[in-house]
Amino acid sequence: MDDHAASDFRSFFHNLGHNWMALAGALMLIIAILVAVFAPWIAPYSPKATLKISIEDIYAAPNSAHWFGTDDAGRDVLSNFIFGARISLIVGFFASFISVFIGGSIGIIAGFYGGRVENLLMRFTDIMLVIPDLPLAVVLVALTKPSLLNIIFVIGILGWTGTARLVRSQTLSVKERKFVLRARAIGSSNLHIIRQHIFPLVLPLMVANTVLVISLAILEESTLSFLGLADPTNLSWGQMLNFAFTRGGLSAGAWWALVAPGLGIVWVVLGCTLLGHGLEQILNPRLEWHHLSVGQKMVERKSGQMPS
Amino acid sequence: MSTRVSPLLEVCNISIDYIGPNNTCLKAVEDISFTLNEGEMMGLVGESGCGKTTLMLSLLRLLPVAGRIVSGQINFRDHDLLNLNEHEMNQVRWRDIAMIFQGAMNALNPVVSIGDQIAEAIQCHTPINDRGRRHAAVDELLELVGISGERAEQYPFQFSGGMRQRAMIAMALACHPHVLIADEPTTALDVMIQAQILELLDSLRRKLGQAIILVTHDLGVIAEVCDRVLVMYGGVMAEYASVDTIYNNPAHPYTQDLIKAFPDLSNPGDKLASIPGYPPRLDQLPPGCRFAPRCRHAFQRCHQEQPRLYLLEKNHQASCFLVENERIFGNSNGKLPDLGV
Repeated sequence: MDDHAASDFRSFFHNLGHNWMALAGALMLIIAILVAVFAPWIAPYSPKATLKISIEDIYAAPNSAHWFGTDDAGRDVLSNFIFGARISLIVGFFASFISVFIGGSIGIIAGFYGGRVENLLMRFTDIMLVIPDLPLAVVLVALTKPSLLNIIFVIGILGWTGTARLVRSQTLSVKERKFVLRARAIGSSNLHIIRQHIFPLVLPLMVANTVLVISLAILEESTLSFLGLADPTNLSWGQMLNFAFTRGGLSAGAWWALVAPGLGIVWVVLGCTLLGHGLEQILNPRLEWHHLSVGQKMVERKSGQMPS
Repeated sequence: MSTRVSPLLEVCNISIDYIGPNNTCLKAVEDISFTLNEGEMMGLVGESGCGKTTLMLSLLRLLPVAGRIVSGQINFRDHDLLNLNEHEMNQVRWRDIAMIFQGAMNALNPVVSIGDQIAEAIQCHTPINDRGRRHAAVDELLELVGISGERAEQYPFQFSGGMRQRAMIAMALACHPHVLIADEPTTALDVMIQAQILELLDSLRRKLGQAIILVTHDLGVIAEVCDRVLVMYGGVMAEYASVDTIYNNPAHPYTQDLIKAFPDLSNPGDKLASIPGYPPRLDQLPPGCRFAPRCRHAFQRCHQEQPRLYLLEKNHQASCFLVENERIFGNSNGKLPDLGV
């Protein structure tokens, strides 16, 4: 058992190694995660330290003491950027787990039970899908207190619709397969069938989807922070952009206060998207090149053997 | 012939409808009765779409959502399976009646190892909590069908078609069922594997004493291993008799044609007979005998009236007006005997 599981993993990593999209995405994400985890050791200044600043320290251009310059309060942009990675990633991961959990459950239940249950759940999903996310998120965050936890919850409970539809469609195709009938003939309960036969076949798609949802969640968090709806004591990338934007960073010509967090967001979102699409290619057999794909390399005849 | 023992499974006048769109009813199976004794092997033949699989699935109460068992009884050891609730039915499934599904390739979950899938059946009914003993039980089942126990850890894609079929049989035997339904167990396999599988089924029956219902298109297979044969046509019984009677003295024209359509090895030069036409569509059933449009002997009455099932001799029933005068007392489907001839 372990042997085959190991060989499965090996083939998975083998595929991963050949998929440059997944590989590049994974690398980008790993770098971001390492930066976030080791922030206190990497960052040259502590973000919470009390500063004694003079007028020259406000929006100071990049120099040897502050590689990325300073912001409106004279804080080091590089340190803020490094610590900001933590907030963005935490929100991204936890919010997407909530999303995928909700979406996965709704998708599997709707797909498996069908009929009225499915109709009810999927129409609810449709309603959630057509409501514009951002205004609703703004309202919800404004109504609750703008804290890290609230932002995670709001993003989490608004972002599950795509997952629900994807998982439902996969469940629909899996449940019609014969081994589900066989499991019923054995006398298994619905719960057992879902756990043993449906879930493992839906899981790969859910994993690939999770990574994509993470990027959406990070983007959403940055948007909310940029709009000034985040907890001001936890500086995230979106909030750095917000501060630079609203506190005269542009008119001061302090591009360094905007570029660093902006690139950070792009870096992580791009990493997630690349990894997500790469994983989808590896895990979703429908997107895979299969044995019937047409190509030049199918004919491997030595040139000397060509018929005249 | 089968030894005379008490019937294990008794199916009485079962009818199954499929509910179509707009509540239309399609009569997929109508008024079928048969009995299965312990240790008996019964063959079920008929063209594609004549209701064989529907009938078999109804024994486990596993019809597709549109299927409805509208009348009849399925008596298994003196209680009617149609009266059980879903929980009690789950107990009967696999422990009393197990099924080898058509096309084993699809009946196995590709991401669960063969051993775990067999263990799943065991765990459902007689849970073995000890890991070692469970593995031993699975190994034993696999050895029984000629697969070495080491391969229990492998996944379905690592098995060949024939091995998957045998693994499916091992799975069907996991709970020592009294009745084994083999729904075209050899479809899509070559004749060598087919012979192996049938030999296996036959030897298992002798060893373990199960009753087996063998669903197949292959009359040669039936002749070799079965005791009794039920011939279905368009959802109804055409003929039900011992295998000798079916081959040597078939009463129903459909059975006769079916046997003629099978190549005769002693006369290899013979032209193979075929039955012209197509089996009836369920939404356009003929008003009379369902076989009448294709029957060589059909006369006026066949097109107007459905023949009953006539008891010709002990263990031989056929539904055809041609044999109406040969029947011995009454008819066998439980209705009042018709004496007005």
